[in-house]
Amino acid sequence: MREIIDPLPFVIAAYAIGIGGTAAMIVWSWILMRRAEMRREKSREL
Amino acid sequence: MHGFANPARFLRIARWLTPLLLLCGIAVTAGALALGLLTFPPEWIQKDAVYIILVHVPPAWLGMAGWMAIAVASLVELVWRHPLAGIAARAAALPGAVFTAICLITGSLWGRPTWGAWWVWDLRLTSMLLLLFLYFGYMALAGAAQRDGGSGRVAAIFGMLGAINIPIIHYSVIWLNLQHQRPSLSMGNSAIDTVYLWPLLGAMVGFSLIFGGVVLLRMRAILADQQANARLRRKAMAGVGAGAAS
Repeated sequence: MREIIDPLPFVIAAYAIGIGGTAAMIVWSWILMRRAEMRREKSREL
Repeated sequence: MHGFANPARFLRIARWLTPLLLLCGIAVTAGALALGLLTFPPEWIQKDAVYIILVHVPPAWLGMAGWMAIAVASLVELVWRHPLAGIAARAAALPGAVFTAICLITGSLWGRPTWGAWWVWDLRLTSMLLLLFLYFGYMALAGAAQRDGGSGRVAAIFGMLGAINIPIIHYSVIWLNLQHQRPSLSMGNSAIDTVYLWPLLGAMVGFSLIFGGVVLLRMRAILADQQANARLRRKAMAGVGAGAAS
């Protein structure tokens, strides 16, 4: 007999991972870029 | 193409293009996901699990497109010595790996309620998992070349050779009768109903714009790091030269 599974928790988890993972990647890449550009500006002042 | 070889010119364009791509990408993705969640009727076999299509198919496409971008940029780096091509290849690796991982996880979450299994070792899933490991290998090689001051040629060759996996991923469901379904999207003849098609195409465009924005962010970070390192090295050499002269 086929097991009946409620798909809703799986849908919620998939959206959390899809949206959360993408958002985390954007924020992390933005922070790394800002940090690198500030380091470049500091190297100019030295 | 060589018009963009000048990092200063590239930075001038990237400064306004990066937020534009990211903001448009977020808006289009949010709109497409909202449209899908509000208008999708439950599919007669999969029921509500069909909603997962919007966060599974676009990352799958971008996982493969990311590696193709690495392969093309690596070819341009090796053949034409384009100074930004190697940087673009390295910048595409992380978003490609993230989207491949999202595709694998959301696929697993889709498989459990529809197939009754989190994972099956069929060629489509296995070649997608191999793609994730290829991304890890590429990032390790490119990172090592950057740390040791190498040319990055090995990473570029690896990037081109790894592209062999992309047609295997794509055609595996056409060549073989697998657990994974055959492709529903194709140019001009999609097997998917329009009620699912338009939000899906919107999500693919939105996630692709985000991918482009993240690649630009990472290219700017790599360029800024290189420029800071070069400047610090020049100043250190000038300090050593002045010390030796006195």
